Amino acid sequence: MTSLLQVSGLRTRFHTPEGIVHAVNGISFHVNEGETVAVVGESGCGKSVSMMSLLGLIPTPPGEIVSGTAVFRGNDLFKKSEKELEDTRGREIAMIFQDPMTSLNPVLTVERQLIESLRVHLGFTKEQAQTRAVELLEQVGIPDAKRRVKDYPHQFSGGMRQRVMIAMSLSCAPSLLIADEPTTALDVTIQAQIVELVTRIRDSLHTAVIWITHDLGVVAGIADRVIVMYAGFIVEEANVDDLYDSPGHPYTVSLLAALPRVDRRRDQRLKSIPGAPPNMLIEPRGCPFAPRCEFALEKCRQKNPLLTQVGPNHTAACWVNPKTGALR
Amino acid sequence: MFQFILKRLAQGVVLLLIVSITLFLLMMEVGDPIATMGGRTVTRPSDRERLTRQLGLDKPIAVQYLYWLAGNDWTQIDTDGDGIPDKSGTRLGILRGDFGKSLVTKKPVTEMIAERIPNTLILMLASEVVTIFFALIFGIYSALKQYSTLDNILTTLLFVGYSMPIFFISLMSMYLFFILFKKWGLPYLPTVGMFDPEVGKTPLQVLWHMILPVMSLSVIYFAAYSRYIRGTMLEVLSQDYIRTAKSKGLPRRQVVYVHALKNAALPIVTVVGLDLPFLLGGAVVTERIFAWPGMGRLFLDHLSRADVSVVMGSLMLVAGAVVVFQILTDIVYAWLDPRIRYT
Repeated sequence: MTSLLQVSGLRTRFHTPEGIVHAVNGISFHVNEGETVAVVGESGCGKSVSMMSLLGLIPTPPGEIVSGTAVFRGNDLFKKSEKELEDTRGREIAMIFQDPMTSLNPVLTVERQLIESLRVHLGFTKEQAQTRAVELLEQVGIPDAKRRVKDYPHQFSGGMRQRVMIAMSLSCAPSLLIADEPTTALDVTIQAQIVELVTRIRDSLHTAVIWITHDLGVVAGIADRVIVMYAGFIVEEANVDDLYDSPGHPYTVSLLAALPRVDRRRDQRLKSIPGAPPNMLIEPRGCPFAPRCEFALEKCRQKNPLLTQVGPNHTAACWVNPKTGALR
Repeated sequence: MFQFILKRLAQGVVLLLIVSITLFLLMMEVGDPIATMGGRTVTRPSDRERLTRQLGLDKPIAVQYLYWLAGNDWTQIDTDGDGIPDKSGTRLGILRGDFGKSLVTKKPVTEMIAERIPNTLILMLASEVVTIFFALIFGIYSALKQYSTLDNILTTLLFVGYSMPIFFISLMSMYLFFILFKKWGLPYLPTVGMFDPEVGKTPLQVLWHMILPVMSLSVIYFAAYSRYIRGTMLEVLSQDYIRTAKSKGLPRRQVVYVHALKNAALPIVTVVGLDLPFLLGGAVVTERIFAWPGMGRLFLDHLSRADVSVVMGSLMLVAGAVVVFQILTDIVYAWLDPRIRYT
């Protein structure tokens, strides 16, 4: 099977008055047609930045894509001109964002925001696009769509706005959807609905999905494969079942342990990972997780381990086997 | 909406009343109008007494204000000084549209203002249009190319322009475009008045005479506006919905001029809405330097002679305009931003 997207050696950094922030430090991954890949990690570990780099949504300056290729359908996204990239964005690769309260333009009607991409990418006439806009809203489950389409974003609730965002991103039937923590800003009950909606649409359109999240609970339900990121590095990549059954990186182990569970005894406290993510201003020399890692050895502080095979379709970047605590 | 406008108008009337009382009190301190009435000759004490009585200046300030506000045609005034009221008053008061007569020219104030308003508006509106037009272009450009070489050069020049007093810009432009251009044998620009008396007041003449004053006025406002537009655009461009618009693959033009500018328009409209009413007041300094017969000069000339009616008339005109334009600004708000609704 050929992959839809093949990213190699992506390195993004930001030039700030305090120094250079090493946001993404040479990550490589792929996404197959119709596949759902979850990218997990703490806030500020480079999940969003790496995905926005792909679409050229990083403001440059201060951002800079130092190196890497991102081959999508045979063409490197980083080699595309601004015009070609505009053509890809929204039509072939769509994106939904974290905060539906701020991601929609407050002074334009929902209809106006829905028909734009239809007109730009698919050459719809205004009337065609307007009809389609209503259909799209119906598809994402907005009641009374014909009337609501004329409303402004502030007249919708948070969950409804996220539905509008989803309708907008799927309007041109993209082959890849990047969902950047689309449920983080929503109520738990609404979260489940949004996850269900995206899954349903993904299945009907056969869209590949990159789902950025820090909620491992959501991941189990929707993803085929999981990429774990830490401090701008990919530290583990595995099929979703393998990852939950035998995590290959201490960071993944800690993340899973920190997940609240209903079946846990009540007197047991929720586990957290001690310490904080490293300062991204300093380019890490050893393993970036070493200061917080219970298995850390002298070697870990000297040399950053590369991603290595730890099982079939399962890679991890750690010198130690977290199951045994011994060197691999 | 209709109710909102009515409410705001009612508030405006109260506000104007307070403003007028304050201004009237201040006017009592600017000087003695009778002192300058005789021209170069000193007013005789007997004349002074008679004039004071006839003009009602001997009355308490509250009564003077009442006459100015509501007129004195309903009462008898004493003109010959024998203590017995002998003549009914002729003033109608501003509430009935009578702003009184100028003590200097003896002409009705409304007539004098009506003469000057078109001159001022043509000058001020031209400079406002020029200012906004160029400020939008430069402001948006600077925001899109933040910290680029041209942005840095523009920023520096604008600060210089903004810091310069307007009389200095006016005099420098006169020196360059009149004196030096004439010396170099180039076509030079006129520096005084609205038209050449030998040619007459033709539109072309007025346009030709407008260039320098409009330019001087625009430099300062342009600097302020374009900095403001740059700042507003920068803020809007960093918003999430701009990233959304980009992620949809919209052409850059559409992102900037539809998604960003419509949001940035709100604060820009506020500033313009607050500035517009002051255009009616004219440009005191610029009109003086370029001998432009507008409201600013009218105000200055009559203020120096303590001509209460004229000064109060032009000040109240501006105050009234401020109230009206604030309401207009609020209405434009509701039209631009769907989140704003008045009840």
